[in-house]
Amino acid sequence: MSIDLTVNGNHVSVAAGDTTPLLDVLRNELDLKGTRYGCGLEQCGSCMVLVDGEPVYACSREVGTVAGRRISTIEGLGGTHPLQHAFLEEQAGQCAYCLSGIIMSAKALLDRNPTPARADIVAVLDKHLCRCGAHPRILRAVEKAAAAPREGATR
Amino acid sequence: MSDTLPLSIQNNRRLEKWLRFQPDRTLRLAVGKVELGQGNVTALAQIAADELDVGLDRITVLSGDTQDAPDEGQTTSSQSIEVSGRSVRLVTAEFRARVVDRLAQRLNCSPGDITVEDGAFHRGDVPTGHDYWTFSTDEDFARDIEGTATTKPPSAYRVVGQPIPRRDLPAKVTGGAFIHDMVRPDMLHARILRQPARGATLASLNEAAVRRAAGGEFRIVRVGNFVAFVGPDETEVQRAAATAPLHATWENVPTVTADMQEAAWLVGQPSNDRLLYDETPPAGGTVVQASYSRPYVAHASMAPSCALAEFRNGHLSVWSHTQGPYPLRASLANVLGMAADSITVRHAHGAGCYGHNGADDVAVDAAVIAREIPDYCIRVQWRREEEFGFEPLGSAMHVTMRAAVDEDGKPLDWTTEVWSATHVQRPSSGGNMLTHEALPSPPPDPRPGDPPEAAGGGGTRNGLPLYDFPVKRIVHHLVLRPPTRTSALRGLGALPNVFALESFMDELADRAGVDPVQYRLSLLSDPRARRLIENVAERCDWVSRGAAGSGRGIGLGWARYKNKAAYAAVAVEVEVEQEVRVRRAWCAADAGLVINPDGARNQLEGGIVQAISMTLKEQMRLGAEGRTSLDWDTYPILRFSEVPEISTEIVHAPDLPTLGMGECTFGPTAAAIGNAVAHALGTRIRDMPLTRERIAAALLA
Repeated sequence: MSIDLTVNGNHVSVAAGDTTPLLDVLRNELDLKGTRYGCGLEQCGSCMVLVDGEPVYACSREVGTVAGRRISTIEGLGGTHPLQHAFLEEQAGQCAYCLSGIIMSAKALLDRNPTPARADIVAVLDKHLCRCGAHPRILRAVEKAAAAPREGATR
Repeated sequence: MSDTLPLSIQNNRRLEKWLRFQPDRTLRLAVGKVELGQGNVTALAQIAADELDVGLDRITVLSGDTQDAPDEGQTTSSQSIEVSGRSVRLVTAEFRARVVDRLAQRLNCSPGDITVEDGAFHRGDVPTGHDYWTFSTDEDFARDIEGTATTKPPSAYRVVGQPIPRRDLPAKVTGGAFIHDMVRPDMLHARILRQPARGATLASLNEAAVRRAAGGEFRIVRVGNFVAFVGPDETEVQRAAATAPLHATWENVPTVTADMQEAAWLVGQPSNDRLLYDETPPAGGTVVQASYSRPYVAHASMAPSCALAEFRNGHLSVWSHTQGPYPLRASLANVLGMAADSITVRHAHGAGCYGHNGADDVAVDAAVIAREIPDYCIRVQWRREEEFGFEPLGSAMHVTMRAAVDEDGKPLDWTTEVWSATHVQRPSSGGNMLTHEALPSPPPDPRPGDPPEAAGGGGTRNGLPLYDFPVKRIVHHLVLRPPTRTSALRGLGALPNVFALESFMDELADRAGVDPVQYRLSLLSDPRARRLIENVAERCDWVSRGAAGSGRGIGLGWARYKNKAAYAAVAVEVEVEQEVRVRRAWCAADAGLVINPDGARNQLEGGIVQAISMTLKEQMRLGAEGRTSLDWDTYPILRFSEVPEISTEIVHAPDLPTLGMGECTFGPTAAAIGNAVAHALGTRIRDMPLTRERIAAALLA
């Protein structure tokens, strides 16, 4: 079986069953390893990707349901996104396993609301778990990214 | 001299094991400690950069490799900078001195005339035309380390003490960077059907039913009571493992009951009992006592454990996020009946582990399968329920504090009595590899043991007060047969013991009618500890904290980790309605010379957040089937909306030796919460976690 997807702006066709988790397709068919397995239960957020700009748990989303839709992963940010800069500037992580999912959720927030209050950020990140206790730094990093000058923004 | 060398050098005397200059004007530092998310590898590179006067960007670090890096045992117990850091400093200082001495002879000048600028040698201000790469010879590396070189004074440090960014982080915020993401040629995915408990035997497995449910083509590997599903499609083997327990029948599964999940169950169980420190009988006075507890808790790493193994031409190669590549190699040799030199273990990054989780066990899983299916790379990924269900837990602890106090309410005699299962069950300490117990020739039952007191103890860790009491002792009951597997988890016994000790200090202060901070200071002569307590008390505005029982509370706790590593004092402000919310936390720490202050701060803060989580929320529950908290709903941890504002201050002491600090805020945070909740409620909760149910019960009592 073959399924057509748009991943990070690229049209791809993958050989996978409809019910294969999107996570497995991204990691094993498309070699996009930045989307991580944490629980497979929509409980931790390590696998968060964006589908048409909205955060989606890749671990449980069947790939057949996202055919033809726009999927974004951490690799799509290219390493140059203000969120990635801010996370490195704040050293916002310890083991960092949770970070790619968190950054994708934060991206969806900033795309929708470029100037979120701390409470908005907390509300969005509350579905993500971090075990190392890097939360204060992660919140600072998202705030910093929100405050950074944005590409294409008029002053 | 050699008897005072750090253990890391004693065990790895050859200089070439540590240091190698590469043709591209870089140098490779090899270390046995591994990156677990704490930034230690970056800090070790900083130390080398300063002693050698080589730019940090020229240094690559190879860590945790039984082929090419020194054996530094386990990366545990906040020892990476204390022990490995000291070793790297001695090794690099010695190398520099040796090469500079030789150059001075050649130039007929004094070694003191030669300076080093980014690896190039200058005489006065004039370049000599020589540098480490051109002037060092094979003989400089092919010799034993003497450990007698003079290291730089802290005042000369340029890179040490700077908040250098972590080297491993960029890859981790852009894509694949973990062992989970490794792809090797001829890779097969594997999942395990776990033996439910030691001694359980697999009576039947309906393989056809498993294959029907999973679909696809995969092998079912069976070795004794060890079962693995192995194939090219990860989705299919995952489905097989998820469905397999429904189609398997086990016999000889030991019975567990829910009461065993509580620390109180440990009291009265068969135990090895010891009396430590002062053996004199109690010295009179009025006896006061109280008991405290912490249940079984999980490391709960964000990533279930993973390993890769391949067996080719008689050689086994294993990639693991283990804390100890060499000890893991020894375990693999033992389990598989192989010579250690036919096995290579290489460290690859995993999620934070905070102690002994499933990392080593999954490596044995992969190795056993690789032996059955040679010439492929076998990648085993544990499932979430497998990690919660089978990783070793931090032991439950029941701690009774007993003091005989004088008429001013000050202790004349102090006893800490601890009931706990073992806090270290690595194979080198008498434990078994999980997989080994499922194989046809399982090992004998584990021998429960704890680290010696000189290494900080296990159940006794931080149980001995550092206050100036005339007589103090620990009674330790090492419970021999806990209902579930336990081993090292961040701080070992330190969190429950500091919670108990510092809670009891508040209770004794109350009884004496003295302010808890003043009470502590009146019994504490260590100036470093006093300074931190005073610092934190001032920052949290302790003096105006008000009367108990208002629903808002401030509490404080402190400890010196292992009674010999870094000091930390923590104060927290809580609000208690139905649940406890920690609103703010203030921390002051003294770790002597700090190599990377940003990394240190990250550890201090992370320890506070994790300790809040454990103190308020965490308990592994047990039922007839064994563990029942197998996901994040049944084992909740602290969320973003529950994390307080944290203010951290490192009290600098650059002329004092570096003290391991990765675990130092853990116990003080738990104690501060216990004391703050008591202040908020006007009544004390002595059993962790401090849940909604316990608050309701305390208010009704």
